[in-house]
Amino acid sequence: MTAHGGSASAWAHALGAAALFAVDPLMNGVALRAGPGPARDAWLAALRAFLPNQMQMRRAPSQIGDDRLLGGADLAASLRAGRPVAEQGLLAQCDGGVVVLAMAERLPPSAAAHFSRALDFGRIQAERDGMTLCHRARIGVIAFDEGQGEDETPPAALLDRLAFRIDLASIDHRALVRSAEPDIEVARARLPNVCADAAAIRALVATAAQLGVASLRAPLLALRVARAACALRGDCRVSEEDLGVAARYVLAPRATVLPQIDAEPQLREPPSENEDSGARQDADEAAQAPSQLEDVVLESAQAAIPPDLLAALNADRLRGARSEGSGKAGAGKLSARRGRPIGARSGSLRHGRLALLDTLRAAAPWQAIRRGDADSRESGVLVRPDDFRVRRFRDPRETTAIFVIDASGSAAMHRLAEAKGAVELLLCDCYARRDNVALVAFRGKSAEIVLPPTRSLACAKRRLRGLPGGGGTPLASGLETALSLAHGLRRKGQTPLVVLMSDGRANIGRSGAAGRLQALEDALQVGKQLRALGVAALAIDTSPPLLSAQSEAPTLRLAQAMNARYLKLPRADAETISHAVRAAAHEG
Amino acid sequence: MTFPLKAQRIENPSVKPKNTLKPVASPSIAADPPVRTTFPFTAIVGQDELKLALLICAIDPAVGGVLAFGDRGTGKSTAVRALAALLPRMRAIADCAYNCDPAAPSGHCDACRKRASGLRVTLRSPPVVELPLGATEDRVVGALNLERALSHGEKSFEPGLLARANRGFLYIDEVNLLEDHLVDLLLDVAASGENLIEREGLSLRHPARFVLIGSGNPEEGDLRPQLLDRFGLAVEVATPTEIAMRVEVVLRRDAFERDPNAFAEVWRPEEQKLRRRIVAARGRLASIATPVAALERAARLCIALGTDGLRGELTLVRAARALASLEGYDAVNDAHLRRVAPLGLSHRLRRNPLDDVGSRARVARAIEETFV
Repeated sequence: MTAHGGSASAWAHALGAAALFAVDPLMNGVALRAGPGPARDAWLAALRAFLPNQMQMRRAPSQIGDDRLLGGADLAASLRAGRPVAEQGLLAQCDGGVVVLAMAERLPPSAAAHFSRALDFGRIQAERDGMTLCHRARIGVIAFDEGQGEDETPPAALLDRLAFRIDLASIDHRALVRSAEPDIEVARARLPNVCADAAAIRALVATAAQLGVASLRAPLLALRVARAACALRGDCRVSEEDLGVAARYVLAPRATVLPQIDAEPQLREPPSENEDSGARQDADEAAQAPSQLEDVVLESAQAAIPPDLLAALNADRLRGARSEGSGKAGAGKLSARRGRPIGARSGSLRHGRLALLDTLRAAAPWQAIRRGDADSRESGVLVRPDDFRVRRFRDPRETTAIFVIDASGSAAMHRLAEAKGAVELLLCDCYARRDNVALVAFRGKSAEIVLPPTRSLACAKRRLRGLPGGGGTPLASGLETALSLAHGLRRKGQTPLVVLMSDGRANIGRSGAAGRLQALEDALQVGKQLRALGVAALAIDTSPPLLSAQSEAPTLRLAQAMNARYLKLPRADAETISHAVRAAAHEG
Repeated sequence: MTFPLKAQRIENPSVKPKNTLKPVASPSIAADPPVRTTFPFTAIVGQDELKLALLICAIDPAVGGVLAFGDRGTGKSTAVRALAALLPRMRAIADCAYNCDPAAPSGHCDACRKRASGLRVTLRSPPVVELPLGATEDRVVGALNLERALSHGEKSFEPGLLARANRGFLYIDEVNLLEDHLVDLLLDVAASGENLIEREGLSLRHPARFVLIGSGNPEEGDLRPQLLDRFGLAVEVATPTEIAMRVEVVLRRDAFERDPNAFAEVWRPEEQKLRRRIVAARGRLASIATPVAALERAARLCIALGTDGLRGELTLVRAARALASLEGYDAVNDAHLRRVAPLGLSHRLRRNPLDDVGSRARVARAIEETFV
């Protein structure tokens, strides 16, 4: 088939998801990986046509605040009535409808938690603005994922609850044709009568296990999709075919391992294996990542680095700017517009958003007195400018430390283990400071993000442990990956910080071609870009002591290009030093 | 800090699903959504440690709460919410916003103390209050009652979530995502059993003794060590790996989702049986003997593991007593200690934050060495 053919089948796959979702839309969802464009619009239009006419479909921005999401006090009505009047939030307003979430990859975890709760329980509960809000919120969610690259995805808690994952990126606009309209309405009416026997459920659970899908939500969602598929087919008993559809839509995109086909012959052959190539292809990609024969995994070794290195680095960045408070975590700054609320204080409305409740609270005790004043006959609350309270926020400015680790052969030979030890010590530091960490490793021909930014230190540690070494030193690629990561973090309003660990002996250039001179030149180039971005950086030289003692040590040059602090990894032990000194004396 | 939870031999023949979210004394503005039947506690497949930890806390609240950390989709929240439907009812002073216990005048709130006589007593289900993410501080600690202030020009206190949770459970889902200022506040109240309010010209205090139950997913962020230590028991929840078990989970969940009421009906006898066991265990708790040998064992175990302070030891003994009571024994024995030690100690080990999940293994090793 031509590329066009592949595109057409991908489109049919996407439309299928829309139809299946439309059969059973509430408390379910679709994650749609696609930028804005004709494909996404066409998909959404198709979905609209599939959904019942009266069902509402509302867009929500990813940066929606808690007050709009959950509801709160209605300013105008509260003032008019002289008592708190509640306003419904978006989740409650969308009860029985579909929420279209734009740029879901930017959704903050707390908002994702609210969506998750609505998806799980069909209702939301909140304690806000002096009132208890409890509403039905049975919603369907369409999450537009416009992330680029693997590290930008919607929050995992949300993704776990959305049955379908569709990627429209590869779809050519010529493929966007409407196929035959399935009769969704009839299917929807039939759905309550569709039943699945225990064998079907067993098959889905077994398939999920073979694909390495840990969450038990996956088979449950797959079961719902299988039912929808069955209803759409016009039957009342879930068949193998329906299970195949469910596996393709729900289980395959979640696969983490290649299914072992011969492993357990006593189990029923899961449906995903004989009929769908989608699952296999996805799983193939997932499984390909690691494993090269010459890889060596080295246990981390003890290393000594000065304490509070990262704190010092942060201080570098903040030098000149006044820093707030005791500074236990990443730097934060007070802000009038964004961040997490830290109460309210009196002030003019020009300088911030009105904190209604606090304003009313400030005005409340005086009402009786003000009403006593001669000329005031008006009803409602008497609010004077003195009462105005404005909200204050603390913009947390999270710090993310990006560790760029040289896992090449030359480093592995020397001291990959020691570098790992040093990273672990720095990770401890990050833990104490509540920083995020990300790991980028470069080796062979390219660099990869081993761990996207996370706060989970256990995760970081695990990935670090399993980090193999060996191959060339594509230093420039490593720095480039860190650079793009740093760019992304900046966009999110976070503060990136780069820690490079390398012996500096680059031998693979940006283009992937071998050559020491060009490779170092490329690395210096990227280093300068990092400097231009204003990223605080630390370069740790892991080359053997004698090499790094030379003034022309490549890591030192790189550190200068990056405007980074330069640090030689302290010698592992006294023995190495004395050995080195003896050797030098011998030559002299 | 003890909980004067008296033994009660009250059987409630019909277990109505309770809307625990319903406020006691705050303006509820929304129309209450229809109550969803909760998934029965006894129908939860596997998760034995979590269930055990929750039951221990239900029998002896002084154990100090449960932290359930684990993967997504393992039914942590389900178990906690199911506990709410399982708990027997307790005696409380009618129209008291803090659920004051008529049998323990020393722990009364100011209002009840003033009224001293003529208190009416009702039976209430122990509150299981959920602290929703994004809750504002005024709703947690309580604040000026706006409506009274607006209409009558008087200052009166509007109790918050902490008041409602008194003598019950405070459940925080995604506890690791909780904002730091709220965490500090909760730590303070949980430690003192009392909520102090100094805001908007109000200055008052009220009892706030509750069992903290937290759940979360470690992949989304670690928990601050101070908060970790505050939980009496900690369990790691993992997805069952056995296919048969996983199938059973999905089968039951599916049956529940298709017809919650019918499903609950099937499990009602089991639920009632367990409720009777809890009631009996509570009644027996005070008479459970703790032999000196058991105390020594517990101490040796804590020393071997190097846990800080006495909190670990106390929790261990308390939890073992609750377990002995649940299982109908008269005295704590080694088997009880062995079973509760991983729950009570593994999160108290002084450890490198990067230490692998090895704390469990360390506790297991120490148990093997202590109980030879």
